[in-house]
Amino acid sequence: MVKEDKEILNIEDLHVRFETEDGIVYAVNGINLKLGYKRTLGLVGETGAGKTTTALAMLRLVPDPPGVVECRKLEINGRDVRDISADELEQVRGKEISMIFQDPMTALNPVFTVGEQIAESIEIHEKCSKEDAMKKAGDMLELVGIPRQRANEYPHQFSGGMKQRVVIAIALACNPKLLIADEPTTALDVTIQAQVLELMTELKEKYDTSMIMITHDLGIVAEVCDDVAVMYSGRIVEQGSLEEVFGKTMHPYTEGLFNSLPNIKNRQAKLKPIHGLMPDPTEIPVGCPFAPRCNYATEACKKAIPELKCAGGTHLVACSAYERDPEFRIDRSKKNG
Amino acid sequence: MHRYIIKRLIMLIPVLLGVAFIIFAIMNVAEGDPVYQVAGPDATEEQLDALREEMGLNGSLIQRYFRYIGNLLRGDLGTSYISRMDVMQLYLLRLPNTLRLASIAMVVAVIISVPLGIVAAVNQNSWKDTIAMVLALLGLSMPNFWLGLLLIILFSLKLGWFPSGGAEGVVSVVLPAVTVGVGLAALLTRTTRSSMLDVLRQDYLRTARAKGVSENNVVMHHALRNALIPIITIFGVQFSNVLGGSVLAETVFAWPGVGRLVVDAIDQRDIPTVTGALVMTTMLVTVVNLLVDIVYAYVDPRIKAQYTK
Amino acid sequence: MSEKTGVKASKLYKKRSTVDMAWRQLRRNKGALIGLALLFIIIVGALAAPLIYDYNTDVIGMNVRERMQWPSAKHLCGTDELGRDIFARIVYGARYSLAVGVVAVIIALIVGVLLGSAAGYIGGTFENVVMRICDIFSSIPSVLMAIAVVSALGKSTLNLMIAVGIASTAPFVRVARAAVLVVRGEEYVEAARAIGQPDWKIVLIHIIPNCVSQIIVQATLRVGSAIISAAQLSFLGLGVPAPAPEWGSMLSAGRLYIRDYSYMTLFPGIAIMITVLCLNLLGDGLRDALDPKLKR
Repeated sequence: MVKEDKEILNIEDLHVRFETEDGIVYAVNGINLKLGYKRTLGLVGETGAGKTTTALAMLRLVPDPPGVVECRKLEINGRDVRDISADELEQVRGKEISMIFQDPMTALNPVFTVGEQIAESIEIHEKCSKEDAMKKAGDMLELVGIPRQRANEYPHQFSGGMKQRVVIAIALACNPKLLIADEPTTALDVTIQAQVLELMTELKEKYDTSMIMITHDLGIVAEVCDDVAVMYSGRIVEQGSLEEVFGKTMHPYTEGLFNSLPNIKNRQAKLKPIHGLMPDPTEIPVGCPFAPRCNYATEACKKAIPELKCAGGTHLVACSAYERDPEFRIDRSKKNG
Repeated sequence: MHRYIIKRLIMLIPVLLGVAFIIFAIMNVAEGDPVYQVAGPDATEEQLDALREEMGLNGSLIQRYFRYIGNLLRGDLGTSYISRMDVMQLYLLRLPNTLRLASIAMVVAVIISVPLGIVAAVNQNSWKDTIAMVLALLGLSMPNFWLGLLLIILFSLKLGWFPSGGAEGVVSVVLPAVTVGVGLAALLTRTTRSSMLDVLRQDYLRTARAKGVSENNVVMHHALRNALIPIITIFGVQFSNVLGGSVLAETVFAWPGVGRLVVDAIDQRDIPTVTGALVMTTMLVTVVNLLVDIVYAYVDPRIKAQYTK
Repeated sequence: MSEKTGVKASKLYKKRSTVDMAWRQLRRNKGALIGLALLFIIIVGALAAPLIYDYNTDVIGMNVRERMQWPSAKHLCGTDELGRDIFARIVYGARYSLAVGVVAVIIALIVGVLLGSAAGYIGGTFENVVMRICDIFSSIPSVLMAIAVVSALGKSTLNLMIAVGIASTAPFVRVARAAVLVVRGEEYVEAARAIGQPDWKIVLIHIIPNCVSQIIVQATLRVGSAIISAAQLSFLGLGVPAPAPEWGSMLSAGRLYIRDYSYMTLFPGIAIMITVLCLNLLGDGLRDALDPKLKR
């Protein structure tokens, strides 16, 4: 094992807001994240929780305007990328950190062949000739299970699952140290989902890549992640190792996520969805953003936003119930449904 | 691809026949019997009949139409009532001037408008965008012949830089070409901008940025190639308007092109010349549109794939 | 909290009529408002022209003593070769230009929308024929087309309207057909068909109202280009016959004196440009307001 004294990713106090005509959207509100080498972090939460925005901020890809990104630290592989020049940033993107996007249907440029699109990344980062890059692009295609002859075809000639393989090939073409996968399987058929996931974990192992897996599918998290961070309304509400978060769930929202899953062993059991909606990101309430939907919430919860506090080991939770009553435990089978 | 082109060429035939018919029919509604005009007031009825035969004016509209098409296929557009010259010859004599004017105007328009539209789109809502859009709006709202007159006042009468008319020398084309090109440039600037804005928010540009492609390259390579498709379409559609605009510019600048040929012929009620010039011009437009469609297919692989299937 | 969300939702999704929504959008658009305001002034001026000027003496009457005068306080835009006040002629000319533009577009709109929606709705051979004819008309340069029509029908204001109208019909056919093709597949049209409504009723009640916004936008923009086309034809001597104060024919007359009396070519052109500019500003604004897809 590599010594984990240094992180591949270290973000402190990340804020992202979008200043639109209709008001300011507070998408990410003070996130701290650290990720060790070769670790996989699952970033979990509902649509609109700010997962994708967080990921885009890591690549400095938040569209500006209207996006405004502020943070205290944004280190990738030990180097702060907040203020580096455009040239340097181009060297970081694709080489140090790269990203697989959610929708493979729109992620590929329709007027270039898939081979060209993979080779472009290689040409930029490995300073090699076009021929060599195309050859390596062929290798990458084979690696993701597509015959290399298809390098000269255009995206519209590929199915959704195949396109996602191409997107993966682009992201991995230069062997990045950190791979962000933004719901890489959501747009795909269930059968294809498993194949793509397997391919990704395989390649990650092979190249010693660290990974952030953005998903709302807890099954995927259980399968591929070492660590988990649960996001709600632009904040991390619970974070820890897979065992900690899944085994000793502490935050009522995480509990709600689990309860929203169908139980295959007890098919008579009713689903217990979380009621209500996430707060409007243009006007985030004063107190705990989850309080309006939380079955444990008290008046105190609506007064102040709870901070993320250590709850033993690497386990962090942002819930004031534990401050008021150290003996407080949630009961997954009973409540919050 | 070849099969597609051949198919398109075959599809051209009914369109061209239709064009010829419409123009032929309109010109035949024209009041007055041209025979009187040619023969003069003293001609006898027999002379008129003979002349009618000679001018191909006997028979019904449909009969004359098919005779006209038959002649057209042999390259014969009839004879001018006025100059008694072969209309095809007259047309071919003037065509190079019009093509020179139109092509220079189009090239100038593209050189100005595409970069302007890109700059406007990339800097959306900035002062650069505003200036580009105001210019484009003015260009669209200005009647081009009036612009031509203004150019004459300023650049030939006041400053004396360019001649106010005629087609001698290289400089004489400058003012007419600007006159013809401004409208197209305005339209292309707007099209380029909106097309670029559409493309600039596409996910695949984010993919390109995420792999380390420089911003410049993202815009000029990844985005522009996609944005070109609507731009080419407009360019093709506008070719017909450029030829139309050159009719006015040719009048303003006494430019000896097809436009003046038509206008003069209408003044003189020279029906064969008007009909012939209109038919030929429309054919030219149609052929250019076909060429544009073919270029299109090379830019967009999806369209190409459709065709080759 | 849930109460608060409820209130907010109802505030946000309060049902508003399309016209109301469009007006709200339009009000934000400075350009469109300027265009609308100026256009209003131009229309009022055109309508009020007979109250201000006497047509026979001020507009077409000769006044040799005052001919060829440069702009002054007495003659804002100067006088022409017959001593007529150019400003008065421009104000009066708005009546011609606006009338020709509007009537031509109405002709084009009625013919185009009927043909286009019928083509889209009926489909098959009929659609094919209509669209091919449309192709044919689009490949004839519209100026040449209008020239041909006027020279065939003879010079008159009505024929000018018809000629410009015919030359601007094809775009309306396309817009209407495209709109119908989009709407045709919608479920409420299927439903109307299922309950046995006759086709013409479906087209009239369900389909045309759904493409109205696009047609309004297209029409606004087309009035501008129709005004330019009309001016072009008049400039070529094929439009409104003299001595009527049409802007294009005023330019044509002014052109003869361009060397020494350039103001004669300046002002009628400015009038055309401002009018068309207003229509373009308004048309762009309407398009942004009515077509949310194009909004940025």
